[in-house]
Parts: sequence; C-alpha cells; structure tokens
Amino acid sequence: MSANDKHSAPVCSRAPLTKPAAAHAYANEAWPATSSFELAQQITPELAQVSHPVVKKDAYALLAGKPLYTDDLAPSDALVMKILRSPHAHARIRAIDTARALRVPGVVAVFTHEDVPHTRFTLAGQSNPEASPYDRLILDEVVRYVGDEVAFVVAETKRAAERALRLIRVDYEVLPAVLDFTQAKDNPVVVHGEEGYEVKAGWINNERLRNICAQGGSASGDLDAAFAQAEVVIDRTYHTKACAQAMMETFQSYAYVDVHGRIVCVSSTQVPFHIRRQIATALEIAPSQVRVVKPRIGGGFGAKQTGCAETFVAFAAQRLGRPVKVVYTREETMTASNSRHEMQMHVRLGAKRDGTIVAIDLDTLSNTGAYGEHGPTTVGLSGHKSLPLYGRALATRFAFTVVYTNTMPAGAYRGYGATQGLFALESAVNELADTLAMDPCELRVRNLTREGELMPQYDNQVLYSTTLERCLRRAQEMIGWNEKPLVRDMGDKVRALGVSLAMQGSCILNVDIGSVDLRLEEGGFYVLSIGATDMGTGCDTILAQFAAEALECPVERVVVHGVDTDVSPYDTGSYASSTTYITGAATLKAAEQLRGQMAETAAGWWGVDAADVRFDGERVFVPAVRADGTVDAEAAPAHEMALAAFANKCVSGGRGDALTAHAAQWSEFSPPPFMAGIAEVDVDKATGKVDVVDYVGVVDCGTVVNTNLARVQAEGGIVQGIGMALTEDVQYDERGRMRTRSFMSYKLPCRQDVPSVRVDFVPSYEKTGPLGAKSIGEVVINTPSPAIASAVAHATGHYVRTLPITPEKALFGEEG
Amino acid sequence: MNVTVTLNGAPVTDDVTPDTTLYEFLRAHGCKSVKCGCETTNCGLCTVWLDDAPVLSCAVLAVRADGRSVTTLEGLQDQSARLARCLAEQGAEQCGFCSPGLVMNVLAFERELAGRVPADEEIRRFLAGNLCRCTGYMSQMRAIKRYLGCPDPGAWPGAAGASGPAAAGTAARPAPVPVAPAKEVPTHER
Repeated sequence: MSANDKHSAPVCSRAPLTKPAAAHAYANEAWPATSSFELAQQITPELAQVSHPVVKKDAYALLAGKPLYTDDLAPSDALVMKILRSPHAHARIRAIDTARALRVPGVVAVFTHEDVPHTRFTLAGQSNPEASPYDRLILDEVVRYVGDEVAFVVAETKRAAERALRLIRVDYEVLPAVLDFTQAKDNPVVVHGEEGYEVKAGWINNERLRNICAQGGSASGDLDAAFAQAEVVIDRTYHTKACAQAMMETFQSYAYVDVHGRIVCVSSTQVPFHIRRQIATALEIAPSQVRVVKPRIGGGFGAKQTGCAETFVAFAAQRLGRPVKVVYTREETMTASNSRHEMQMHVRLGAKRDGTIVAIDLDTLSNTGAYGEHGPTTVGLSGHKSLPLYGRALATRFAFTVVYTNTMPAGAYRGYGATQGLFALESAVNELADTLAMDPCELRVRNLTREGELMPQYDNQVLYSTTLERCLRRAQEMIGWNEKPLVRDMGDKVRALGVSLAMQGSCILNVDIGSVDLRLEEGGFYVLSIGATDMGTGCDTILAQFAAEALECPVERVVVHGVDTDVSPYDTGSYASSTTYITGAATLKAAEQLRGQMAETAAGWWGVDAADVRFDGERVFVPAVRADGTVDAEAAPAHEMALAAFANKCVSGGRGDALTAHAAQWSEFSPPPFMAGIAEVDVDKATGKVDVVDYVGVVDCGTVVNTNLARVQAEGGIVQGIGMALTEDVQYDERGRMRTRSFMSYKLPCRQDVPSVRVDFVPSYEKTGPLGAKSIGEVVINTPSPAIASAVAHATGHYVRTLPITPEKALFGEEG
Repeated sequence: MNVTVTLNGAPVTDDVTPDTTLYEFLRAHGCKSVKCGCETTNCGLCTVWLDDAPVLSCAVLAVRADGRSVTTLEGLQDQSARLARCLAEQGAEQCGFCSPGLVMNVLAFERELAGRVPADEEIRRFLAGNLCRCTGYMSQMRAIKRYLGCPDPGAWPGAAGASGPAAAGTAARPAPVPVAPAKEVPTHER
C-alpha cells in the first residue's frame, strides 16, 4: 500500500484547535552528562526510608478486620436510603404517586424531582472550574439511562425502604433513546436539551444539541508532508469497551447535621474537597456549611473520583435532620455509577520500510454516556499520553469527539483514556512490525523518545527521565524473548508472545495542588496532616516515608492524618497518578521548613546563628568548633538537646508553640512514568480460549518510593489490564438495559486466571520529582490489552481490534 | 424467628425475619469484619466459618445457623496474627476490604491441609472464590506460600531482586534530537 492514497482526511475542521504555548525554556538548556538512570543508581542507595519495603501503616488494622470503612462507621440509628431507578433509557416523568410507599411502616420520607433544588452540577471530581458540564440535578424530571435515579425512599430499616420502593407508581412518557455512540452525533434524539445546563470550561467546545459533550484536537508538524514520506501506512480502527472499576467496596456514604447545623458527609471517596463543592452546589448552600470526611476506602481505581450518592444523603439528612446512609449494592455499582469511557479510535501510522515512524494520526470518539463526568478530559489522554512514546515522528495529529448517549455515564478509571489510546497506538505499532516482518521490540527501540527531547503532544514538555529502552530490554530478558520464537505449536495449543509499551503522567500540570501540615508534637513525634486520600494504595505510608527521610527518623515517628475537609490542608485528591509526585513534594518541602523552624528556635534559646544548628533526627545540637573554625565532631557539642526534650521545651514554661510547617505543591511538569509489558499466551486450537501463561512488566516510575507497594500496584494493574483484554465488557440489550449487572456476568480475573505476573523496576531519577519519584498508579494498567492482542494475532493470525478478546474472536477473527 | 448462635464462642440470641441472611445477622451483632462485595456468591468477602467450615454468609440464612457455631475474624485475632504479618510484609492487603474473607479462607485451608504443603495450583483453586481487585494476587500468593511453608515463595522484601533496580540494556544515551514544537498544544486539565 502506498502512503499517498491513505492520507486524504482534511485537517480537523470540527472545532477550533487549542492555542499553542511557547516551548519550554528548559528545552534550550545544555543536557546534563549524567543520564537519569545513572543518577538513580548514584542517589537511591543513599536513601534511608524511601526506596524501602515499608509495611503500610494501616496494614494490621485492615488485616484484623477492624471497623474502619464507611458502612462500619455509620451511626446505628442512621436512616437507610434506597433508590428507585428508571427502567427506561430515556423518559420524561409525568407523575409519581408516592402515597402507598409513604404508608409502609418505618418509611420516613420519599423524595422526587419535585423536592430537590434546581441548580445543575457535575459529579466529576475535578478542580474548579470543572471541565465536565453541569448537566445533573439530584433528581431530574427527565431520566437519561436505565438506572438513572427517579426517587429516594428513606426509612428506619432497609426492608421497609425496599418494600416502599415497590409501591411507588411512576407515569413515564417514554422517549426515543440513542444507545449506539457511533450514531450519537447529530442524532435526532438529544440527550441534554434541558434548561440550566452549564458549561464551565469553554475549551471543551460543547455542542450539546448535537450530543457533543466536547471536541477538539492538537497537531504537531506537517502531517501531509510526513505521510508523503511514509512507505507503509497502517490504517486501522480500534475499539475499547466500557469496563467496570469493580473495587471491592461498593459506593457508600452517610450524612448528618452537626451541632452547628452543618452537613457532615462521610464517604468512600477519592476527592473529599471536590465532594464538598458538589454538595454545596447541589443543595444551594454555602460551602462553609459542608464538611466531608474520608475514612478507609475499599478501593477506588478512579470510580470514586466521581461523586455518587453523597449529594443524595446530604440532601436527605438536611431535610430530615437525621443521619441517613446509603450502601450501594453491587448491581447498583455496576449499573448506576460510572465506568471506563468506551472509545473508538481511528489510527493512521506512517513509517519507512526500515521501521522509522514518520507520521501518526489519531482520531478518538468517546462515549461519555448520559452525563458528562470526565468526558472532556479522559479523551485527551488517549492522544496526549500515547503519541509522546514516539515523539520523534515528523508529524502527529490528534482529534477527538465526545458524545452523549443514553447509557450509564462513564467516569474516571485507572489509565483515564491513556489505556484506550495506547491499545490503539500500540496495536497499530504491532501491526506495523508484523507488516514489515520486524521484531516489534527492535522497531520500538528505533522510534522511542529519548531523554532531553521535546514531547510536542505532551504540552511541549521535555522528557527529563526515561529508562524505557532498558525496561523493554529487561522485560525481554525476563520472558526469554531472544530464546523463544514469537509463535510455537504446542499440540492442542499455540503459544505466542506480544509486547507493548505504556506511559502516563504524574499529575495534571498547573491544576493539581497538594498541601500538607507537619507538626512537631510534645514528646518528640510528628503529625503529618494531609488532604490526599489513601484508597488502599498506601499514600499515608509513602508520604510518611518522605517526611521520615527528610527528618531522619523511622517512619513510625510520623503520624499521618487525613482526610477531613474541616481539618486537612487542601488537596485536589488522589487521582491523575499525582499523590506521590505532588503531595510527596509538598511533604518534603514541609519537612525542610520544619527543620528550619527548629534551627531558628534552638538558635534563639542558645544565642547562636541558626545556620550553625544541626539536627540528626535524634538531637538538635551545635557542634564544637576548633580554633581554625572547622567542626570538631569528636568533641562534645557546644549545645545539645534530644528531640523529645526539644519538642517539650517548645511548648513548656508558659510560652512557645508546637512548631508547625505548612507547604503546598503544584507543578508545571508532569513527568511520564513508563512501562514495558510482554505477554506469553496460549490459545486453544479447538476453543479459542486465551490463557495468559506468563506476563512480565518492567516499570520506570522514577525512584521506587515503597518497593513493596509499587510492586503490588504493578501486579494489580497488570491483572486489571488482563481482565480488560480478555473478559471485561459492559454490555447492554437493545433497550439500553445493562446485561452485565453482577460478577456472574461481568468476569473479573480470579487467581486461577493469572498464574504468573512478574514485575521489575528500572528506576530513572526524575529531577523535578520528590527524591526522583514519578508515578506508578495508572501506567501499570496500560500494557496488557495491546500486548495480549498482539500475542493472539501471532498465535492465530487474527488481529482483534475490538476488546475484549473473546475465544470466538481469537479463533475465527472479528469478521468470523 | 428466634435464632441462637454461638458467635465467636459466646451465645447470641435474636429474633430475625426468615429472610435475614447470616451476613446481615453478623453485621448487626458487631462483626464488622464481615464484608459484602457482590451479593451473588462470587467475591468471597463475606466468608465466615459455620461449624468450622468456610461459608459465604451472604448466601446462608441466619436461621440455618440456629444452634450452630459461627466464627468470624473478630474471634480469630490471635490465630490470624502470623498470617496477617506475612500479608502485611508483602503489602498484600492494599485496600483491605477483601482481607478478612481471604484470611478466613486461608485459615480454613490450613486446617484442611493438616500440615501438608500444598502445590501452587492447589492454593489458587482453594482460594479462587476470593476475589481481589487491588493486588493481582501475586503478593497474596507469596505471603500465603510463606505462611504455609511452601518452598520458594518468590520475591520477599530485602531478598535479592525484590527491590533492586535492574541494570538492563546497554545502548548509550544518544544526543538530544530537536523536535519541532507543536503547532497546537492540548489542554491537560482533568
């Protein structure tokens, strides 16, 4: 195929492209002689608390089954909320009869759309102003997907509430629905035609009357000229499905009115500060009247970066003046919360016959479902966190459209669009390698973005740290790439290899904020107060490791507290892989500040210069000085005080204060972590069943802050990715009712499905990161889908371009 | 209906409706370690012992437990401590929500083994019904294998290869290559 007949598409014409920014000044700096890999080797061994396998601070309480989660903590007299949901994909409520429901003994109230405030808001947990449109009410007259909320029953017991639900009579005017996202744009069915809809961020180019939630694009270089140089063009369309985050703890929240008449909401959420804003907006009350508390969370994976029932219980508690709780069933969590965005991606990949990639064109269509949470933003990552892998291409273009449909709203899910985009791009790269009969690893090495290079599709950032090539080589070594053919006949099965690379970000640059308070307490210990939300990942522990590193003490001496929006310092929340990079840096800053305060305080007591005061973690002291002015470490110090005595003196004698440091961090960088993954699969010749017999993943997350927890992140992300590749698929019937309503029909990997997942790290040292760290949480889910699809293609000759890779598709191909 | 259960060694009597599940009964009597993840007997989070055999308490009616003994993790705090340490040292609890059910099932498995060292596939099979979305199971396997005395439990903190950076790849770092700046720059807000 020639290049010229493959690049006829016009330059993105649907929407104005976003404005260019100046190339970053750092691009002109002389590049340092030492690579980030060498730096890591020099610096990391010096660390005492960071880069160690520290046990999670909450581990033993969790493993003992202590009552620590939202539902465990709800007051025993809390009223129970149950929710009536729409059986129709699109309908207008003509009337609701709640009289019989209200007569059920134990029922306290039934609320409908007529009872709630009429200010629209978004449930997306994003910084203010949110990119996601304000397209929701607590309860709406129009229901937009099967499962949309129709009414709340609040009762003394769950059984009374459930009984009452069945007695509510709703008169629906059923409306036509748009279920197929490829047909949504300019469809006569308009999902959001209502009054009060509001766009907070103009750049999303919203055209809701065309069902377009957001659209736009970005480009670099002369695409037509670059494709003209291509000798081979891979032109394919890939399709990733909605997937359920499926954290083990379902959505749960409770709310009550406190002594000051304020709403307190305790919720399993990744974004307490954003939930505070959602509740205030939805209830039309001042933000000062809301407090949000996050206890332990039973997993999130992004699902809990979107609000769920917090506004519901807050509203009911406000109206009733009594505590109200809601605990979603798994069926509600599957069918009426949020999922990964389904995306269809058209990729054109132009290359020379020697494997040099010259041009990439990616066009993504994303289904945001009935509401726009994270719609405008997830789609961006499908391009901006895939194309920079091959930043040496002469030209790249990325265009996107996000559409509304009458399906369950999508939201954030680990990987956040990058997962989808990387399935498309990495699959295309694998198809290119096979077309050219090149080794897919060698083809990649030829094209990788190198340290010091600009990444035009990544906000023009400079790539400061990468060991991706070493990661790939290590992965090849672990799986035995050079000793094995890509395909082997095993008799009843065919065994094959497939590879993929991945990247992500380490925060949302110029948006995310993390802040911490760090206090030296009487007795000589530290309290680290954070607004970042540990959802099981262990950020409480790794932030304590950062503090302990800087304060030269054991991790146990740092107590971590969070999150309560009345008390905790502001943090945008735990998402976008940002906690280590952003809040970790804030913690280091605060620790340095605290050391400065300690020196100033001691200097004041001892009448010395603060610059002469030392702290070694255990004692504050001024070393003895010889006649020539040099420090005499052998001699008794001029002044010396043990930490506990120092801390006690700070607050004794009727004067002084517990020393407190506060620091905030934001970033104009978001250094990408990288990963190489290789899948070894068996495909059964008779049934097409695909077994992942071995999977290796090698990660560059910068400094590995907690070697245990990073490994578990990687192993867990890979297995989630294997689920996405092989079995996980949110499906609907022809009327828009979700078929996959439980773990019976939505298959998560169990431990028999993943006999061997092996992980290693090749750290770089990221100079903008805290002690060299980047991020780990999301990048790890991105390699399995393209790597497994390629392995299956090697085994069967069938490229599966629509996930998941079912046995039928593997055996017969997608056209089967 | 009146139900009397020996719960973690102490008698408990309550009046329950016939459709009350053992899961609901146990939570109502303070056993908050018992979690519900699915309601369809797929996830294993609600695993408790009924007369010393592991059962999914979301699928057992409370009346079925009448006159029998029920054990939850609240009643096994000492017995589970060593397993907890093995899991914690691997970071294998992560969010912790599936941990109590897993611990109950591993301890039941251990009793069934009666000192025998199981094969990997046997462990995976016995625990197949204990889902975990965080860990990908590998750290749990290392911890459980260590707990049960299996040879070669895999990477262990402090062991060689458990954390050290791998020095792989030999290609020299090439000189930076200038790349034309983007004409248009995306917005990364999220």
